[in-house]
Amino acid sequence: MSDGPATLAAITARPSRILSVIREVLSRPSGFIGLFLIIAHVVLALFSPFFAPFDFKAMNANAILLPPDATHWLGTDQLGRDILTRTIMGGRQAILVTAIATPLAVAWGGLLGIYLGLVGGRLDDILMRVVDAFLALPWILKMLLMIVTFGTGVGVLIPTLAFFYGIPVIRIARAATQNIVARDFVLAARARGHSRGSIMRRELFGNVLDALMVEGAMRWSWMLLAFTSLSFLGFGVSPPTPDWGLMIADSRNFMAIAPWPAFAPVIALSSLIIGINLTADALAKALGIDRAQAAVH
Amino acid sequence: MTGDILIDVQNLSIGFTGRSGKLLPVLRNIDLGVRRGETVGIVGESGSGKSTLALAMMGYLKHGLRVISGRSLFDGRDLLTMPSCELQRIRGGKIALIPQNSGQSLSPNLRVGAQLTEALALHGKLALSAFPARVIQLLQQVRLPDPEVIASRYPHELSGGQQQRVAIAMALAGEPEALLLDEPTTGLDVTTQAHILELLSDIAVRSDKAMVYVSHDLGAIARVCSRVVVMYAGEIVLDGDATTVLTNPGHPYARGLLASIPRLGNPSLPIALEGRPPPPGDAGPGCSFVDRCAIAESPCRAERPGLQPLLAGGRVRCRLTERAESIPTKRDGKPASAGGSFGEPLVRLSNLAISYARQSLVDQLLGRKPQGVPTVDRVDIEIRQGEVIGLVGESGSGKSTILKAVAGLVGPASGEIAYDKSGALPATVEQRRPEQLREIQLIFQNPDESLNPRHTIEQILAQPLQLYFGLSGDALRERSIAILERVRLGAHYLDRLPSQLSGGEKQRVAIARAFAAKPRLVLCDEVTSALDVSVQAAVLDLLDQLRRDSSTTYVFVAHDLAVVRALSDRVAVLYQGRLCEIGPTSAVYSRPCHPYTEALISAVLEPDPGARPVLMAEDIMELSPPAKGCPFQRRCHRKVGPICESTTPPQRDAGAGHVIHCHIPIGELTSAQTVSALGNAVRPHVQ
Repeated sequence: MSDGPATLAAITARPSRILSVIREVLSRPSGFIGLFLIIAHVVLALFSPFFAPFDFKAMNANAILLPPDATHWLGTDQLGRDILTRTIMGGRQAILVTAIATPLAVAWGGLLGIYLGLVGGRLDDILMRVVDAFLALPWILKMLLMIVTFGTGVGVLIPTLAFFYGIPVIRIARAATQNIVARDFVLAARARGHSRGSIMRRELFGNVLDALMVEGAMRWSWMLLAFTSLSFLGFGVSPPTPDWGLMIADSRNFMAIAPWPAFAPVIALSSLIIGINLTADALAKALGIDRAQAAVH
Repeated sequence: MTGDILIDVQNLSIGFTGRSGKLLPVLRNIDLGVRRGETVGIVGESGSGKSTLALAMMGYLKHGLRVISGRSLFDGRDLLTMPSCELQRIRGGKIALIPQNSGQSLSPNLRVGAQLTEALALHGKLALSAFPARVIQLLQQVRLPDPEVIASRYPHELSGGQQQRVAIAMALAGEPEALLLDEPTTGLDVTTQAHILELLSDIAVRSDKAMVYVSHDLGAIARVCSRVVVMYAGEIVLDGDATTVLTNPGHPYARGLLASIPRLGNPSLPIALEGRPPPPGDAGPGCSFVDRCAIAESPCRAERPGLQPLLAGGRVRCRLTERAESIPTKRDGKPASAGGSFGEPLVRLSNLAISYARQSLVDQLLGRKPQGVPTVDRVDIEIRQGEVIGLVGESGSGKSTILKAVAGLVGPASGEIAYDKSGALPATVEQRRPEQLREIQLIFQNPDESLNPRHTIEQILAQPLQLYFGLSGDALRERSIAILERVRLGAHYLDRLPSQLSGGEKQRVAIARAFAAKPRLVLCDEVTSALDVSVQAAVLDLLDQLRRDSSTTYVFVAHDLAVVRALSDRVAVLYQGRLCEIGPTSAVYSRPCHPYTEALISAVLEPDPGARPVLMAEDIMELSPPAKGCPFQRRCHRKVGPICESTTPPQRDAGAGHVIHCHIPIGELTSAQTVSALGNAVRPHVQ
């Protein structure tokens, strides 16, 4: 197609713009702290075997439910395993699965939303009612249904999370598109006789991308919570692989006598989610998007 | 009747911190005193700092602005350093603001009477029992008919003009000593605007309030103000009595501005003022106007001229004010109209009707047809090759809708659009042939909306070139540069984004994009109404040049009658989607026959202190759907009788293609006119 290079340029935007947005995000305290937290977590997850002081599987019958001390900085759990080690490694699965599922969710939800926002009419009417119906169901019900049908494991969790978390993205992308479609430059493109695909690629995509980026960051934190909740319920990661949700579930029974095994994974999870939310906030401000208008699903 | 100085701005400079960290001034060394009983107009183009100055007069700075130096005194006290609790008492109570878009400044969920009562209670000058009577009195004072009825309405139930009147009543509620008016009539229809200005000038004459009227519209200023201050790049460049400033100003910028205004009585194109004002902080050491000045000398660049008092009164910021008179304020430029005969008919709209009524899902299921009177109805217009046809009318007259139908963006409900020799043009863009799409191009009102903010100028121009001509690579770039040069922009614009361009430059890019398709028919939808006057003149000149070069046909839609006069060969006057009058521009403007055309043309404001608009039609809100019979009958000042309400007016031919849709016999229409619209200095004032 003759419009290849121009389209590509339109989609990737100008590098100077990306750089300036990153600079803008970093210039805000929320963006700086948020990005720091995210990067710290990702680095820990990637290189955790180097950082972990002990073997995550190694049990020690003589060191059960030890409080924090010089050898076990965060203490040990009910099987005598080092909690620091398990916390450092406990985010690997969660971050891996959600980091793949989030872009997938934003991609399919965003594309469908942009398309519906552009064409409107009967198809839009019907599909949006389907979306409403999906959003009306509690997420845990939908997730458990899929897992019961297809089993657990990364190969099921990634498409399942990507599917369900793409549905609210449809709404956001559609709403953002409808704002753009009403503007004269889209009308001008239609009057010139451009095809729908061309209008989506050239006129809409670049303008909706900002909203999608912020929405993606939000979806990521929600997805992390969902993944951890599934593990907590025993439908996510299977033992002995360390996982935050699983660790919280295991230590629940000993909360009265030994609260520290639950604290470490809780703090790890919340710091990551706080980091993502702070970054999303800063990103939204840098891009000039009103987060108050974003859906809360 | 003028008294002591009430508002006194002394050496005021206001600025903001730019991205570079430098303090960039938007107002520079403003010295301005306004006396009680005086009405001062502040004119300037967008970015000249006029609104900032008006807001500073009530002690308000927009977010991010800081005072660099100076004071803004009201009754001897500096508002800019006053604690906010004291400011609150002065604002509304002593100084009131009437903003531009009053529909937005009224609370949508309170009845008009309740809002006025609230304002009265806030200022606490009256006993509680006196409120209802005072509300009615205020509404009468702003000449609203049936004040009791209006008081019980919500703002959305009022027309734009009525809302503006309510806003004025709100401002008067606190019995302020000073009134600040920030573009109070911008965005209103011509006939409504004339009514509001009449009211304001009445307030100005009768009361001893100090009034400051901020506007870009010299016509409105001329109507209300006795003294005019001209601002340029954050400075006062000229200050004098209205007659001098509007007829023989002593500053080159003011003279250029006057020359760039299209006028009803002059069929030639206005003279453009090339260039643009320096951005804040970029004015250099010399005169800020030096780059656009026709008589500038080298000392003008070296030293900033001071605001010198003139012998004849007033002040001017120009070293060469004695020589400024060599700059013409009136144009004797070329007439735009090519006149005479044109080619074959290119587009013929026959009995065109357009309806926006959309079938709801329930209607579809029940098989009901959409109801309602069409927005545009019974429109017959023939457009010949190479001519410029102007469509004029107030908001809601259907002029843009007709353009969209020709462009294929709204389908006609009935009737047809015939194009060239190929017969009827398919209704929508999707059904049209690529050749037809290429030959008909549309230019929009606001370039901020019509250019994709994420695309560079190169990408914007590439769109039609790739789509219609399949160009790519060097050929594409070469053609883009050639087109940019045709609209008097250079190749260095290719890599820029629309946000890096001025309003006029953006509109040139939008024009370039339309002409890139090598169109035969260009549809211009209010293309100059978002631009400043001096820029507007340049864009009009460009459009005229382009059509001379390529013998393109234009359909030119505008609400500004003077702009249409400057460019069009023929003009069609529309009211509520129905044709009132169509004919050669010179005939329609010199001898308006239809009562609506007459009302419209006589309400136009001229930047001339002697000119006074004639208020013929009532500024009542038109009801939807349009009236049966003659659409204008509800407001018509020459209504014949019941026939106007029942029967569609016949077409009356006044010769030379001049057709009037009216029940009044043609002989009476052409002879017995209430006013002759033009060339008549002293107009009777009809209330």
